[in-house]
Amino acid sequence: MKNLCFYFQVHQPFRLRKYHFFDIGNHHDYFDDHENSTILRKVAKNCYFPANQLMLDLIRHHGGDFKITYSISGTALEQFELYMPEVIDSFRALADTGCVEFLAETYAHSLAALKSKEEFIKQVKKHSEKIEKLFGQKPKVFRNTELIYADWIGEMVASMGYKGMLAEGADHTLDWKSPNYLYYNPGNPKLKLLLKNYRLSDDIAFRFSNQSWPEWPLTSEKYVQWLNSIPAREETVNLFMDYETFGEHQWHSTGIFDFLRALPGKVLQGSPYQFVTPSENIHLLEAVAPLSMPLPVSWADQERDLSAWLGNDLQDDAFDTLYALENKVNACNDKSIQRDWLYLQTSDHFYYMCTKYFSDGDVHKYFNPYNSPYDAFINYMNVLTDFTLRIDKLLEQKVKKVKIAINPAAVSSMKRKAISKTVAA
Amino acid sequence: MKVLMFGWEFPPHISGGLGTACYGLTKGLLQNDMEVMFVIPKAFGDEATGNIQLISADSIQVPQYSLANEFLSEKFTYYGLNSELVPYLDNEQFRQYSATLTKTTIQKRESTFYSHFRFSGQYGKDLMSEVWNYALVASQIAQDNSFDIIHAHDWLSFPAGVLAKQISGKLFIAHIHATEFDRSGEHINQHVFEIEQQGMQLADKVIAVSEFTKAIIVNRYNIPADKVVVIHNATEHNKPEHATYIDKDAFPEKIITYLGRVTFQKGPEYFVEAAAKVLARDKNYRFVMAGSGDMLNRMIKKAAGLRISSHFHFTGFLKGRDVDRIFAMSDVYVMPSVSEPFGISPLEAVRSDIPVIISNQSGVKEVLKHAVKIDFWDTDAMANAIYALTRFKGLSKMFVRESKKEMENLKWGIQAKKVKELYQQQLKSIQ
Repeated sequence: MKNLCFYFQVHQPFRLRKYHFFDIGNHHDYFDDHENSTILRKVAKNCYFPANQLMLDLIRHHGGDFKITYSISGTALEQFELYMPEVIDSFRALADTGCVEFLAETYAHSLAALKSKEEFIKQVKKHSEKIEKLFGQKPKVFRNTELIYADWIGEMVASMGYKGMLAEGADHTLDWKSPNYLYYNPGNPKLKLLLKNYRLSDDIAFRFSNQSWPEWPLTSEKYVQWLNSIPAREETVNLFMDYETFGEHQWHSTGIFDFLRALPGKVLQGSPYQFVTPSENIHLLEAVAPLSMPLPVSWADQERDLSAWLGNDLQDDAFDTLYALENKVNACNDKSIQRDWLYLQTSDHFYYMCTKYFSDGDVHKYFNPYNSPYDAFINYMNVLTDFTLRIDKLLEQKVKKVKIAINPAAVSSMKRKAISKTVAA
Repeated sequence: MKVLMFGWEFPPHISGGLGTACYGLTKGLLQNDMEVMFVIPKAFGDEATGNIQLISADSIQVPQYSLANEFLSEKFTYYGLNSELVPYLDNEQFRQYSATLTKTTIQKRESTFYSHFRFSGQYGKDLMSEVWNYALVASQIAQDNSFDIIHAHDWLSFPAGVLAKQISGKLFIAHIHATEFDRSGEHINQHVFEIEQQGMQLADKVIAVSEFTKAIIVNRYNIPADKVVVIHNATEHNKPEHATYIDKDAFPEKIITYLGRVTFQKGPEYFVEAAAKVLARDKNYRFVMAGSGDMLNRMIKKAAGLRISSHFHFTGFLKGRDVDRIFAMSDVYVMPSVSEPFGISPLEAVRSDIPVIISNQSGVKEVLKHAVKIDFWDTDAMANAIYALTRFKGLSKMFVRESKKEMENLKWGIQAKKVKELYQQQLKSIQ
């Protein structure tokens, strides 16, 4: 038997409203409720509802032989709760079948792993608690934002007790090796690595409706043939993709739902593959070799590196400015500050600032609220400036309170100052 | 005395200082008991005319026979009607304009005997042909009206002034608010340069808005120095109502402001560099670049590259109340222009009680003695001055107080009187 592992990413960012320089200091309402709820409703209608229903039908139809996996970001879950709680219910119905695994990730779909171990761990814990609360299962396998993986990120994840982690099967790291085996982190053999078969994944996620693709139209028969043509000794095929592939990236009219409806039956009857979740896959397979990725690898764009989010001056300046606030935020202990801090870390904000528009521009434009990366940057920095001022003000008040507590005499001196000020005015 | 005046824009439809200056001067002339007929290519109907007789060139009927005017092509080298040259536009604006103005001005409403020209009144793709059509209309206006003297503002209306002079035989004053060298540095547009030069050669007298501009006119255009008279610009003296703005306390830091188009001429990159120098020493500053232009994205990138974006802000283009608002927040105003014929905004800053730092490469430095003056490239001096004006209260207070006194004498009524005296002198000389 060989294993076929389907994992879908579900994510929505809290997009920022147009926040002008003159808004700084005047209001702290950064997120565009209207835009975010509109987009969520649209995606729910095109994707989440019909796709969840189809998955549920397929699981029931195949009597539990069809298995799938989700990773849902904390910001997406919060948007469901805010704007469309029915979406949560439909995921819960899937969870209740016992054929669906939920993965761990950073709560804010953030790039925290690259900058702060403490923040990273905090967010992973927060996300795990949320998943357990909503779906009744504690995630055992981790997937990082945009599949960003490096040896040292694996080490952090291993230290948190996860058995496995998902990563991109990028050519430049695999070299001659095949992504269709189980590998492990060289420093922590207990952390197993499941690699994305990007050709077969992208055939569905990106090429399915492309009429200039020689393989168009893609049928489930053809796809199973491809699966069958993989050498018999290769043990697993990991198909990782955005969930929005179904109905949003690939519209209903492309036939993507028909393809998905037919595929499990064809796989189960016409191939040596069984469907597994990542945890099962790790349990069933023997890891064949260590796999080292000293530099971060992601699943984005042609480069499969970090250049979609970081690397140009706009992104780096914004990113550094954001994380310079970490200690201050932690000192604040204020709910709305903590919430905004999470939402502002979402990787999408940095994605909008990407200036390499040539090969992957179309993907970057997807639900991008900005006309240009410069607009995205200015808007983000305006918000970040207001956020910084709020934090500084809160901390100042805190210091004052402490001063008063330590030295009551300070109160009278402060009062005196206040009085002399009003007199002067 | 009646003046036939040619301009290109009039408030509120303005792209820069030219329209505002024309408006101020015209009002000043009216105060000095002059009559002014002010011609622009296209009036929108909502201009603040008051007592000014505003004439829209597209309302003038031009007889067919006068369209074949030989004089124009003799005196001016005639460049193609569809020339796509756009002196005042940056790339971004050009794209927008070419999209909207692909075929505009050449359309004439023709009848057998008369035709009307359509003008956009913008700085679009067909600017050159508008300039020539405008001159044709000017000749018709000169024929149909009586007046004593002709006065034209900047190269766009020089052919109109020259043609009106040819038709009427009256004196022609060419007024230079900006030269091609100010707009484009050394990479000048040769066509524009020649129109400017020929206009000034054919004029009876040239008015320059500053000694700085006069020097360019004499050195780069070879106009005799005694033909050029300097009359500085002025500002309107109504105080902005910024007392109501609450933003003053939005930031605990000192606010240093650049306000103007973000183009080569204005020297924005020197402001960014000076900001980085100040912030390297002291984080208690915020820098604001208010305006847009073809160098804006480059400046955003530059600030990010210097890792100062957390303290360097971009507002985009501001107008009206938002300008007053940004002034109300500011502690120092900086104008690092590479080449600024006059530069009215430092005066507006002073009026809002803000001390100013201006470049030596500007005309306004001739009227503001109590401002910090630096060379635009000297970012060390700029950083120093920013620090001094924000840290030493006495200094900035004194500068504001003294500058305001200087501005007392810089009213359009007073400046227009100088223009009137020039007219009288010129008219006397030919009697």
